[in-house]
Amino acid sequence: MIGNRQTPPVHAPSRNGSRSQDPRDAILSVEQLTVSFDGLTVLDELDFSVGYGEMRFLIGPNGAGKTTLIDVITGKSKPSRGRVVFDGATDLSRRQEHHMVRLGVGRKFQTPSVYSSLTVHQNLEVMLGFRTRITGLLGRLRRSDDDRIMATLEEVGLQNRARDNAGGLSHGEKQWLEIGMLLVQEPKLLLLDEPVAGMTRRERDRTGELLQSIGGDRSILVVEHDMDFVRQFARTVTVLHLGKVLSEGNMEDVQQDPEVVRAYLGNSRTQRPQAARLNTRREPADPAPVAAD
Amino acid sequence: MTTRSSIMDAVRTVSAPARIHPAIGAWLAPAIMLAVLLLAPSVLSDFRIALLGKFLTFAMLALSLNLIWGYAGMLSLGHGVFFGLGGYAMAMYLKLESAGGKLPDFMFWSGLTELPIFWAPFKYAWFAFPMTFIVPAVLAGALGYLVFRSRITGVYFALITQALALIVSILFIGQQAYTGGTNGITNYTTIFGHSLNAPSMQITLYYVSVAALAVAYLLCWWLISSRLGRLLVAMRDDENRVRFSGYDPAVLKTIVFSLSAGIAGVAGALFTPQVGIISPSMMGIVPSIEIAIWVAVGGRGVLLGAILGAIVVNGAKSGLSESFPAVWQYFLGLLFIGAVLLFPAGIMGLFKRENWQRPWWLSTSQVRSTIRGLIPGGRNDRQ
Repeated sequence: MIGNRQTPPVHAPSRNGSRSQDPRDAILSVEQLTVSFDGLTVLDELDFSVGYGEMRFLIGPNGAGKTTLIDVITGKSKPSRGRVVFDGATDLSRRQEHHMVRLGVGRKFQTPSVYSSLTVHQNLEVMLGFRTRITGLLGRLRRSDDDRIMATLEEVGLQNRARDNAGGLSHGEKQWLEIGMLLVQEPKLLLLDEPVAGMTRRERDRTGELLQSIGGDRSILVVEHDMDFVRQFARTVTVLHLGKVLSEGNMEDVQQDPEVVRAYLGNSRTQRPQAARLNTRREPADPAPVAAD
Repeated sequence: MTTRSSIMDAVRTVSAPARIHPAIGAWLAPAIMLAVLLLAPSVLSDFRIALLGKFLTFAMLALSLNLIWGYAGMLSLGHGVFFGLGGYAMAMYLKLESAGGKLPDFMFWSGLTELPIFWAPFKYAWFAFPMTFIVPAVLAGALGYLVFRSRITGVYFALITQALALIVSILFIGQQAYTGGTNGITNYTTIFGHSLNAPSMQITLYYVSVAALAVAYLLCWWLISSRLGRLLVAMRDDENRVRFSGYDPAVLKTIVFSLSAGIAGVAGALFTPQVGIISPSMMGIVPSIEIAIWVAVGGRGVLLGAILGAIVVNGAKSGLSESFPAVWQYFLGLLFIGAVLLFPAGIMGLFKRENWQRPWWLSTSQVRSTIRGLIPGGRNDRQ
């Protein structure tokens, strides 16, 4: 898998199209998913799927249910109704977090979550034993695993910082490290929650290129607020609003969709700034959003 | 990007403090300490050796707490219980041997006429000795799994272990017929037919303690330098990330907590024959907190630190109480305050070169973050 990283990204539009609903073609499909917290319905009979090898962007106004959807897929939140089908398996919505990771679902958090007192290399090393028995963890790292770590670090551009403490990395580097930590586990589906939040323009572009290069043989679902970034790198975009899919397609079509415009505009004039966000790039000076978890 | 990293690399190389090679640090310091401990009997009086032998069992106890607190970030304020359970298991064996087939004296005074069933197997060394490890390990494992599965961390974990210390000490005081009550178990005089009070036996027990401490040290060292050890540190940094990396933190934490309790139990088992008594006062709240102080003074997250901390604090305690019988506790208090404010990384922190470069304790933010770091869960308590 690492060996393929130099090949150009292969998205398979023929296999999944832009609106794949056939569960056989989808690595992830969410069916009739309802999640409510204290009577508030966050996801409302949501149907949603991501194809094999697809990179999908998920956008939507605040409170649309994006993070909640990711929470359900990763086993953090349990739905009141509905199913989560991953990679041909049956309903996985009741699994625990670590089971989902072992099945091949990797998750990057909104705020970079790395192990700050370990070195960059050790951060990846820790990720490698996740399918090993405890007794296997008592030994030392195999040579092949070490090669895999170095290859992954090269992939995310941190090979020169392998021996540095992760706590000393810049914000952008931490984001890349976390992506690298997921990559080294070779997940089938990557869930990235706002991977470019708080990044400078250059870092953002590099992250976009990174996402394109790691796509192909794995599926990626990106939640993002930065519309300029989405426009630049997204092929298929799903707009979530009030717990339902409002629109799906390529970015241009989605932006023209009157329903989407209305959702972002809101019904009152006071919500105009949200509309501005759909059509203009978010300033890099925006503070990084506080993690919801 | 490349230019920037290479410049930063260059800067780091220039400013990097000259360090002792890690391999030397890992082997030399423990080797010196071992040599000192082995040579001590030829220098110190029998009285001092008996005292040092007791401190070594405390050092082992501190080591066990350092494993879970210093590395995995779980502050247990109930480690006195595990120490005590190991101590009681040993004391039961010694008491039955001394009683010579008769009922132990305190049971007779409490009106028992025959030996309780759970006491009976403790007359065999092959049963009693492993139990000093197994009983605390199983208790910690069971309690730990329930607590960790409910994702109770940080200060709440510390409070639960604190409650355990209170409950178990009250239980042992209440069940006088089975545990000796407040007095605990004492008045045992022999082990394997040899008198416990003979100087040669004290020296033997001292050497056994040194050996046990060395084995425990190697075990902990092996564990923390394995991949599992790094996973423990990762859990201290960000437990949620570990969970979302495909591990079950509850299982990992239970294993290491259980192992730590077992080591504490063996330390207790070595304490009992050297001191001649084990009582509930050894496993209450105050002694349990004291263990955390030893580790903090010595240096959290450094294996040797816990050993040093336990020996230094207890040495100071007995030295000061001999020299200043009236006011020695004030000195001890000053020692603790000084250690926390001036040497937040403990004694071992003094050996880290970066701490020498500037009077870092003048920086209030540093001190504040240190104090925050000492509070379990204060640094990272994401739920």
